[in-house]
Amino acid sequence: MSDPISALNGAAFSGIANVEEAGLAGMITLRGDLSSKRLAAAVKSATGVDIPDANKVAMSDEGGTAWMSPDELLLMVPYTEVETKLMALNKTLSGEHALAVNVSDARAVFRVTGAGARETLAKVCPVDLSAEAFAVGQFRRTRMAQVAAAFWLDESGGFTIVCFRSVADYVFNLLSTAAHPQSSVGVY
Amino acid sequence: MSTRLAKQGRLIDRSKPIEFTFNGNRMTGYEGDTLASALLANDQMMMGRSFKYHRPRGVVASGAEEPNALVGLGNGDRFEPNQRVTTTELFAGLSAQSQNHWPSLDFDVGAINTQLSRFLPAGFYYKMFMYPRSFWKHVYEPIIRMSAGLGKAPDKDLIDADTYEHFYFFADVMVVGGGVAGLQAAKAAANSGAKVLVLEQTAHWGGRAPVDGGTIDGLDPEAWIDQTLAELATMDNVTLRSRCMGAGVYDHGYALGYERLTDHTPGEAGPRHRLWRIRAKQIVTATGAIERPLSFAGNDVPGVMLAGAMRDYVVNWGVTPGQRVVVVTNNDDAYRTAITLHKAGVDVVRILDARPIGGGALMEEARQLGIRVEPGRAIAKVTGGKRVNKVAICAQDGEGGAQEEIAADAVAMSGGWSPVVHLWSHCGGKLIWDDAQAHFRPDASRPPLGADGSGFVIATGTANGAMDLGDVMAGATAAGSAAARAAGFVGKDLTAPVVSDSEQAPMLPVWLMPAKADIKLRMKTWLDYQNDVKVSDVQLAAREGYESVEHTKRYTTLGMATDQGKLSNINGLAVLADTLGSEIRQVGTTTFRPPYTPISMGSIGGEARGEIFQPIRKTPMHDWHDGNGADWEPVGQWRRAYAFVRSNETVEQAVAREVTNTRENLGLLDASTLGKLIVKGADAGRFMDMMYTNMMSNLKIGKCRYGLMCSENGFLIDDGVVARIDEDTWLCHTTTGGAERIHGHMEEWLQTEWWDWNVYVANITEQLAQVAVVGPNARKVLEKLGGMDVSKEALPFMEWRDGQIGGFDCRAYRISFSGELSYEIAVPASQGLAFWSALMEAGKEYGVMPYGTECLHILRAEKGFIMIGDETDGTVIPQDLGLSWAISKKKEDFLGKRAQLRSHIADPDRWQLVGLETLDGSVLPDGAYATGNGVNANGQRNVIGRVTSTYHSPTMNKGIAMGLVHHGRKRMDEVIEFPGTDGTIYKAKIVDQVFYDKEGEKQNV
Repeated sequence: MSDPISALNGAAFSGIANVEEAGLAGMITLRGDLSSKRLAAAVKSATGVDIPDANKVAMSDEGGTAWMSPDELLLMVPYTEVETKLMALNKTLSGEHALAVNVSDARAVFRVTGAGARETLAKVCPVDLSAEAFAVGQFRRTRMAQVAAAFWLDESGGFTIVCFRSVADYVFNLLSTAAHPQSSVGVY
Repeated sequence: MSTRLAKQGRLIDRSKPIEFTFNGNRMTGYEGDTLASALLANDQMMMGRSFKYHRPRGVVASGAEEPNALVGLGNGDRFEPNQRVTTTELFAGLSAQSQNHWPSLDFDVGAINTQLSRFLPAGFYYKMFMYPRSFWKHVYEPIIRMSAGLGKAPDKDLIDADTYEHFYFFADVMVVGGGVAGLQAAKAAANSGAKVLVLEQTAHWGGRAPVDGGTIDGLDPEAWIDQTLAELATMDNVTLRSRCMGAGVYDHGYALGYERLTDHTPGEAGPRHRLWRIRAKQIVTATGAIERPLSFAGNDVPGVMLAGAMRDYVVNWGVTPGQRVVVVTNNDDAYRTAITLHKAGVDVVRILDARPIGGGALMEEARQLGIRVEPGRAIAKVTGGKRVNKVAICAQDGEGGAQEEIAADAVAMSGGWSPVVHLWSHCGGKLIWDDAQAHFRPDASRPPLGADGSGFVIATGTANGAMDLGDVMAGATAAGSAAARAAGFVGKDLTAPVVSDSEQAPMLPVWLMPAKADIKLRMKTWLDYQNDVKVSDVQLAAREGYESVEHTKRYTTLGMATDQGKLSNINGLAVLADTLGSEIRQVGTTTFRPPYTPISMGSIGGEARGEIFQPIRKTPMHDWHDGNGADWEPVGQWRRAYAFVRSNETVEQAVAREVTNTRENLGLLDASTLGKLIVKGADAGRFMDMMYTNMMSNLKIGKCRYGLMCSENGFLIDDGVVARIDEDTWLCHTTTGGAERIHGHMEEWLQTEWWDWNVYVANITEQLAQVAVVGPNARKVLEKLGGMDVSKEALPFMEWRDGQIGGFDCRAYRISFSGELSYEIAVPASQGLAFWSALMEAGKEYGVMPYGTECLHILRAEKGFIMIGDETDGTVIPQDLGLSWAISKKKEDFLGKRAQLRSHIADPDRWQLVGLETLDGSVLPDGAYATGNGVNANGQRNVIGRVTSTYHSPTMNKGIAMGLVHHGRKRMDEVIEFPGTDGTIYKAKIVDQVFYDKEGEKQNV
């Protein structure tokens, strides 16, 4: 086993916002019946949180869970613990119709922080990023210019962005372009 | 002459002179000038030549509606044609070139066209250049393109130096236009608590009110504007953007704002334009009104200008376009210009008022200032070449006889005002003809409708036909409140400001001046300046049967090009209606389409240029490939190595080397891009049997099976190897281009048809890096790396096992797309590069070489394996390709089964896949058609087949190909002909499509 390498190995840019690749994160796609108590228990045990409402994310010290669709969650766990957590999940959910699969390496994760973070994202995502409309705990799957992406806002005012690994380069360059130091819009 | 006045100019700062050049001549203006006002201040009255007749033209307006004064702005990689001088803010070093002249603005050869105008009537080009047909491309078009047209295209080899971006914004109420109406509407809406966005296209707020006068709440308009702006600026729920034009209104409250950030400071870092992509619950259009020209002979001579524009130049920029000015009008508003000019010390030699009894209070004011006013009079014609010289006066109600000539150097004309209804109309708002004002205005009872069936646009101010300041402010207050209410905000309604303004007498519609002007005059009476369309042209079109306004537009070019008839539309419609003997309301308008004025291509593209023009998907080994000679090819959005080219070899040589080495030693292929879909659930087996044509439910755990997928129409859409992972789980490999498509296909069937089946699908394509280890030494290199047993016994052909190789957790498949001993090894993507490198290192002693997609194609073609997209094109069924063995006869149903029973699909006459071998060993051209006997109904030779894949096979050392041929499988050894586009007729023999190792011994060792 060799040391795992994230798509961009921690690339960073600073403009009206700071853009950095956050490195590998443990992620599990979980599809199943979100109203199932057994599934809720499995999620809680894996990530330490209850299943969030639609378009929300719930975070804990151990990880978190994001609502992806009416029958899909994204579980976030430490990268090195994915396989252990997967085994536990599958054990708890055996006999129930569910699919849990490791997608940690299929993803690239970015952090966009700083005063211009909202504006940076609003240049590439058709999302209302005003403070009234997009608050801490919201989770949004959307289009980021020409690729799919999802993001949420945490207590520190920073956004975490998840996209596909193959387009990590594109997303990093895109966010860096949108965060050009002389491109502040001045509305958020 | 046109010159700067000693005083006035509320927008300029006389302490800050700015140098610029026009056609290379150095000139000086002031900060706050537009290029138009600066040129006029430098007595540059003539600013360009017209489109068709190359007539001298000067600026006629002062804003976005300007049709004439277009220039090429900037140089090199910042050059942009067709820029209106009226909307170009002056900056130091500005360089402008006038357009449409040769060899110079002052002396132009093309101006001869104006003498020939009798021979260049409406529809001239359509009539003249029809025959002979071949002349269009080689003779007519090149000549017309040289002499006609507007600006020059930028140099194709230069890349725009600027950057652009988009910005998504959401508002409850969006107000377009920052004049007094827009500001008041914004204030009223914001007062209710709605989130309000206000867009103003110019750099200044307040619109025309400071120029036109009156008082609002006892204040000068300018003071009221400052006060209101300050108030709005303190409100958190209001966003004000100047230099940002509301460009278009679309369905569902979507709107575009076009913000020009650095046009006035070129070269400044940051984006040049920002395209606002706005979602608004309600849109208020306070877009103002545009003054109409009057149609008299010589109304295009430089120095003839809209009365409101001339007033703007005096008040805003302290410039007068002339020293002896004639004012001609059909309404009271133009008197304001006469009064303004007079007070600025300019000689207003005459006011010609087409109305028999003249105007109201403003006329009296003008008379009291000593200005000579003549009611019932008109301009017969204006003479002068490059600027106004003389004005001939006559009775309006006549043919232009009994003329008096007066010397003048400028004419201010006003034919009344037309509301800017464009944004109201973009999404379907209807118009109503207002007889009193002689204009079309928004019909409030028929607004553009949103998804809920109610209106989402409200027009207000002069854009709604309110021509009096009191009506404007009352309407704007109501519009702002109504918009907020419609957006769900109920607040206290604002009271409208108290306004004082001059009473105005009714205007008189004047569509031709004088009313019965003879043909000589009509032929010099311009309707559309930008396209050189005259009254006589529209009349001719009507006589020739062009009764629809849309047809007349295309035939005469009235209202086309960059200004889209902002000045000419109503006058043109009126002439058309008059000629047809009908009413303007019946003729109607042409369609208003976004954008309001042209927006830059760069802003539309936004950030998508250079390395982020499109996403490029990269595998975990991408950088290694790039550093090792990869010749890239796009496969969907992926980049895959076509071949790994070494120094001193061509791409073709690299491909041949890779093929030979893989067959003889060891090749590695980055197969990470292949789609990998997990299908899991109690009903997964049943689902797999529906998705694939062959049986998948009975696949044993640990085994693989090649499968085909058809659409419900029976056509082959994808193929790949399926692995049974456990009782409930299958893993489907798709083609590279098929991963997302097939994932969506599966989800669609699960969500729309079989929603009660217990099946989940997940796309894990990018989770894994996959390497094909291919060739006689494949097993040796894996054994050297060590770990799981990869022997024939432990891992037989078409089976898979999980394990470790070289310390990497992996899943190893014994599958082959090459006909060689072959493994595909999947490892986590984050270790893909390390695994690849380990294989390269360990494989050295076995002659390892990476290979690219072309080698992959040749290896499979030598084995007669089909490729989705080569052998299939959406019209091919598996049976065509000899794949009937992969279509289950036992299954009750699968997608495509019923379709394949249809007569044309089951037809034995369908083309069938065969191998093709040229007689001389050459390579058949790709896509070539085979010809048969006879001709079809179009006189073309009958076609009996086509080449689907063709390569030079390094293994056979000859050309090999596959193709679909009529009755192909019955025609073995027959020689058929493929005419090439190079004139050669290629002869090829029909053979078995498997060229290499027919028994399949090499892959099963």
